[in-house]
Amino acid sequence: MRVPRVLLAGAAGLTLMLTACTTDTPDDSPEGGNGEAGSTPDGEWFDQAEYEAQLAQREITPEGPEDQPWLQAIEPEWIDTAEFAHDAPEDATLCFSNASVSNPWRVTGFITMEQQVEALQEEGRIGDFRVSDAADDDNQQISDIQAFVDSGDCDVIIISPSTTATLTPAVETACESGVPVVVFDRGVNSDCMVTFIHPIGGYAFGADAAEFLVENLDPGSKVLALRILPGVDVLEHRWAAAQEVFGDSDLEVLGYEFTEGDGAKIKDLVSQHLQRGEVDGIWMDAGDGAVAALEAFEDAGRPYPVISGEDELSFMRKWQEEDLTAIAPVYSNFQWRTPVLAASMILAGEEVPSEWVLPQEPVRQDRLDEYLQRNEDMPSLHYAKFGGEDLPGFPEAWTER
Amino acid sequence: MTPNTGTSSALSPRSALAASFRGGTATAALLLALIFVVIATQNPSFFEGPPLMAFAKKAAPLVILAVGQYLVIVSGEFDLSVGSLVGAQVVIAARLIDGEESMTLPVIALMLVFGLVVGLVNGLVTTLLRVQSIITTLGTMLILFGAVRYWTGGAPTGALSESFRVPGRGGIEDVPFFGQVPWALVIALVVAVAAVLCMRSPFGRALVATGDNDVAAAFSGVRVWRTRTMAFIGSSLLATVAAVLIGGFAGVTAQVGEGLEFTAITAVVLGGVVLGGGRGTVVAAVLGALTVEALFTLFNQLYLPSTIQPSVQGLIIIAAVAYAARRGDLRLPERLRRRPDHPTERTLGSSRR
Repeated sequence: MRVPRVLLAGAAGLTLMLTACTTDTPDDSPEGGNGEAGSTPDGEWFDQAEYEAQLAQREITPEGPEDQPWLQAIEPEWIDTAEFAHDAPEDATLCFSNASVSNPWRVTGFITMEQQVEALQEEGRIGDFRVSDAADDDNQQISDIQAFVDSGDCDVIIISPSTTATLTPAVETACESGVPVVVFDRGVNSDCMVTFIHPIGGYAFGADAAEFLVENLDPGSKVLALRILPGVDVLEHRWAAAQEVFGDSDLEVLGYEFTEGDGAKIKDLVSQHLQRGEVDGIWMDAGDGAVAALEAFEDAGRPYPVISGEDELSFMRKWQEEDLTAIAPVYSNFQWRTPVLAASMILAGEEVPSEWVLPQEPVRQDRLDEYLQRNEDMPSLHYAKFGGEDLPGFPEAWTER
Repeated sequence: MTPNTGTSSALSPRSALAASFRGGTATAALLLALIFVVIATQNPSFFEGPPLMAFAKKAAPLVILAVGQYLVIVSGEFDLSVGSLVGAQVVIAARLIDGEESMTLPVIALMLVFGLVVGLVNGLVTTLLRVQSIITTLGTMLILFGAVRYWTGGAPTGALSESFRVPGRGGIEDVPFFGQVPWALVIALVVAVAAVLCMRSPFGRALVATGDNDVAAAFSGVRVWRTRTMAFIGSSLLATVAAVLIGGFAGVTAQVGEGLEFTAITAVVLGGVVLGGGRGTVVAAVLGALTVEALFTLFNQLYLPSTIQPSVQGLIIIAAVAYAARRGDLRLPERLRRRPDHPTERTLGSSRR
């Protein structure tokens, strides 16, 4: 009798060990809370030159039409694409390997992209549009790209890589097939593609948010940082920039917490910090769950903090309703239009920038009402700077998702 | 069959109490008390009313999920689908309500029906088609996850109404000392009491008997397939209640519900309920859930680096379950203390253990 019971307990324990790992990696992580957080950025994720370049790019007036930011480019270096010109662009096939549509930002962007494709198809500038979705799986995306290459049907391959290092060889394979390749959003460690499209970047995002807190809080105020998860370059850059800015300020950074963007965790973590003392400011590396963080202040009966979120509408609506002191840094969602436009330009043999840096301007108080007005009918998990107002299917394509 | 801990809750109160202290209930209670003491030293204000109520509000959904999971585990099965179900329910609610107050009650009714259907499918596939429950509910978990992703195009849309959020967020205001007594706490208490009463009813005994030895239970007149199906339905309905509370607590985000099935199973087992069925009490499962939540809070209070947290949690859980399995006896197991008996001298165990 004894033996099996001990075995059973052992098995139970083993299960628990495993379950503990799966459940709680991203959990209520307190982390930090000591002097380290906020003073110096982690060397692994901080590139001083790139940081300064991004901060400078914020001040540069981009080339291109002012009312179409998705066609603007910051300091572009135009390259010739005549070799890729297609005789009959209306028959050309665009192949798009998408990393995933696993968060509202990507869902919003992908809808915009599909509508842009429709517009270009009507104009006869592109033909067929094929999509594969890797659901955040690197291996899946590698085989998706390989399948596009093997099919031989693609006249342009557009790639939104799921991770930087792992996808680099796959992107290079696509380049070697001779088909023009367009990469956007996250980058890869290669310059074989015709154009790499992205907004200014994570350092600018994080610095916009941190600078706003520094300007709007008294010296000595306490700031809590809420981060989604560690180890993702775009998010790490945001935090590294914030550490750089906070390090030069008189603000006290209480620490940072990983939240997985889960509202329940965010609310619980912020509530616990409020139980222990004052929190005057909240810095977030992405806007998901900003409203949950604010609700923690409401439920604790505390005044709202100065907060940086993102241009997600639930946060911006809360900002307007409660008249918060807030900023919405933007990771330009309209960038999803640019790759298909770039593809059509390549098919026409027109010049494109080799690195296409799109503008990335935060939404501040002065333009809050304007952006909310423009997105009045949009659902709450929509992004204000989606930039699809002039596309066919507006607004139904976005409201009825 | 050996007399066991836990299952004796249907006996007289005194023996129930005594029995529960021999099993995992006492371990969970002890661990919970210990964690609370450490929290109190770190943050003395934790036991003032409002922080305690905030803890109760956060813990309530897990308590309810643990009760649901208990029903299934004690009947000898698993339910891995609850995390996905919670996620699906919140996403369904957000999409269908879309901020309309008038839609709140119809949508909650629809969620309950949906929960019922999921539980029924889990139960019938497991019992009538004889698919192991770990596979059935793993399948349901994936189906729900995929279906919701497909339906929403990848990430949730819509918004919950204010009234939908009341159970998870609101409470009875201005109570002396406590401040706000959350509805979530009230609901969790009702669920826990109902579950205790249910386990004392003939159905509850049939459930435990099924988990202990389904062949014997069947011979003694228990309709095993129906009992187990009811347990799955109970689990899914309670997951739906938990979904209302979780959605209400923090609103809708893409990650809601992720990993909850494992947290719930952890809670139940930490309470001393034995995987494989037949042993453990509802109260133990509730204590287990509170312990898990308290552990999360403690990690927070200690500023434990997030990287090491899962390891610490795993160690504590293994230690607690092993301690409970030894029933508090810290000496080496008998078989390690003396030479093994000659095989033929051993008594034969029952088929279950």
